[in-house]
Amino acid sequence: MSNLLLFPIIIPLIMATILMLFPNKIKMQRLVALISALVTLIASLFLLFKVYIDGIQVVTLGSWPAPFGISMVSDLFSALLVVTTSLIVLFVVLYSFPTIGIKREQSFYYPAVLFLLTGVNGAFTTGDIFNLFVFVEVLLMASYTLIVHGGERQQLRESIKYLLVNIISSALFVAAVALLYSVTGTLNMADLAVKIPQIENTGILTVIAVLFLVVFGFKAAIFPLYFWLPASYHAPPMPILALFGALLTKVGVYAIMRTYTLFFTMNVGFTHELLAIIAILTILAGCVGALAYFDVKKIIIYNIIIAVGVILFGVSQLNEAGVQGSILYLIHDMMIKAALFFLVGIVAVIFGTSNLRKMGGLMKTYPVLGWTYLVAAFGLAGIPPLSGFPGKLLIIQGGFEGPQFWGSIVILATSLIVLLSAVRIFIYAFWGEPVETEPLKKSAYHAMLIPSMLLVAVTVFFGVGAELFMPFVSGAAEVLLNPSLYIEAVFKE
Amino acid sequence: MKTNDVMLQTVTKVVTFIILMFAVHIFFAGHYTPGGGFVGGLLTASAIVLLMLAFGIQTVKKIIPVNYVVMTSVGLLLAIATAAASILFDVPFFTHAYDYFELPLFGKTSLHSAMLFDAGVYLVVVGVTMTIIQTIGEDE
Repeated sequence: MSNLLLFPIIIPLIMATILMLFPNKIKMQRLVALISALVTLIASLFLLFKVYIDGIQVVTLGSWPAPFGISMVSDLFSALLVVTTSLIVLFVVLYSFPTIGIKREQSFYYPAVLFLLTGVNGAFTTGDIFNLFVFVEVLLMASYTLIVHGGERQQLRESIKYLLVNIISSALFVAAVALLYSVTGTLNMADLAVKIPQIENTGILTVIAVLFLVVFGFKAAIFPLYFWLPASYHAPPMPILALFGALLTKVGVYAIMRTYTLFFTMNVGFTHELLAIIAILTILAGCVGALAYFDVKKIIIYNIIIAVGVILFGVSQLNEAGVQGSILYLIHDMMIKAALFFLVGIVAVIFGTSNLRKMGGLMKTYPVLGWTYLVAAFGLAGIPPLSGFPGKLLIIQGGFEGPQFWGSIVILATSLIVLLSAVRIFIYAFWGEPVETEPLKKSAYHAMLIPSMLLVAVTVFFGVGAELFMPFVSGAAEVLLNPSLYIEAVFKE
Repeated sequence: MKTNDVMLQTVTKVVTFIILMFAVHIFFAGHYTPGGGFVGGLLTASAIVLLMLAFGIQTVKKIIPVNYVVMTSVGLLLAIATAAASILFDVPFFTHAYDYFELPLFGKTSLHSAMLFDAGVYLVVVGVTMTIIQTIGEDE
C-alpha cells in the first residue's frame, strides 16, 4: 500500500483549487501553475520508477477491501501515460504564457488546465470502471470550460455540439456500466477480469463490449464517431487545442486498450476483428480529411484521427508486438501532436491565418522554426530514427503476425499520406514566394519557440533512445497481455 | 413593472430561517440517515435564492457579502484536505477516523472525520449553486 500513486492526481487538484482563490494575480497564477505541473511530473516519474522496481501499485480508497472499495491501480502502462500527460501539461503551460492572452488567464484558465490534468491522470490510474466514468466526467467538465473559454463566436457554436455529443456518450456510458453490473455484479476491473470468463452466456457480454466500444469510441474519435471532432477542436485557441489533441482522445484510446485486453476477451474472434476493421476505416477516413483541407489546424486534427486508428489496430491484434507497438505509438503520438500544434500555432500567429494558401516563404525569415517543424513532421510520419518509427514498426509486425495482415499493408501505405499531409504544410508555409507576415516581437517568438523545440527534442530522444524505454514498454505490454498479473496485484492488497 | 411583493417578503422573512434550520438538521442527519452536505448545501442555496426572489440580488449581496467562487474553493480544499490527511497517517487515501466522545449537553456523541469532508461538500454546493444563479441572474 502506498499513496504515492495518487499524487499525480491530488497535486494538480489541490493546486487548481488554490489557484481559484486569486484569479487576477497573473504572475502568481503562472508561477503556481508552472510549479504544480512540474511537481506533478516529478511525482509521476517517481511513481514510474517505483512501479518499475516494485511491481504494480494498488491503493483501495477508504481502506475498503477490493472489490467493494474503489481500487486505484498503477501498472507500467498507466504510469507511462501519467508521466507523458504531466510532461505535456507542463509544456502546454509554458506555451500558454505568450499565447493565451491576459483576459483568458484572468478567468480561471490555469485552474481549468490543472483540473483537466487531474481528470486525465485519474482516468489513467483508476481500476474501477465506474470511477473511470467519474474521472472522465472530471476531465470533460474541465474541457467544457476550456473549449468555451474566451467566448468567441466560433467557440460558442462548437461548444454546443461538443457538449451534446459528450453528454449523449456519457449517458450511454452509464447505461453500459449498468448493463455490465447487472450481468457480472461487479465494477472493479480486476474483479471483472475474474468474473467474465466464468459467465457462459457470452452473447450478452459481446453486446456490452461493443456498447463500450461505442462509448469510448465517441471519446477516442473512431470511425464513424469522429464527426464531432474536427470542427470542435478547430474552435479554441492553440494551447487548448494542443492540450485536447494530445490528451483527450487518448483517454478513450486508453479505455479501449484497457477493457479490450483485461476483460472483454471472451469473444475475440468478433470483438477484436470489429476493432481492427474500425481501426483501419478510422485511418482511411483520417487520411481523406488530412489531404482535403488547406487549413493547418485541420490537417493536424485529422492526423489525430489517423493515429487513433493506428494505435487501436495494434491492440486489436492482441499479440506481443502489436500491443508493445501500440503503447510506444500512443506515447509518441501524445507528444508529437502537442509539438505539431505548438509549431503550426506559431506559423498561424506569424501569418495571422491558418489558411495554407495564404502562406509562403517562411524559410528565409524563420529558418529554426522551419527545421524544427520538418523534424516533427518526419517524426509524425515515422521516418527512422524518429519517434514514430519504432511504434509503427512493431504495430505492423504485430499485424503480420496476427489475423489481419491486410491492416498492416494499409498502415504502411497510409504512412505516405501522413508524410504528404505534414510535409504539405512545410512546402506551402516555408517554401515559395515570401508572403507578408504579421509583426511579431522577438521575445514573444522565442517564448513560443522554446517550449516547442524542447518538446520536439523530447520526441527525438524518445525515438532515438527507444531502446532505453523498451523495458518499460515491454513490462507494460506484459501486464496487458496477462490479466492475471493485474488481478493478483489488486487482490493481494 | 412594479409588482406588489409584500406577501412574498413577509413569508420569506420567516420561511428562510425555517429552511436554514432544516438545512443544518439535514446536514448533521446525513451521517447515519438520509441527508448530508450535498442536500444541506442545496437547501441553504434555496434559502438564499428565496431571499433574492423577494428582495432582489443587490440587497442580498449586501446582506451576505460572500464571494461564492472563494467559498467553492475553500470547500474543495477542506474536502481534499480531509481525504488527504490519511496520507499523513500512512493509510489509504480517504480512510476516515471516528470515535465516541462524552460531550456536555449532547452526551455520548460519535465524532467522525467524514463530517469535515461533508462540510467541504456543503460549501462547494452552496458556492457553485450561487455562482451559477448569480451569473444567470445578472444578465438581465
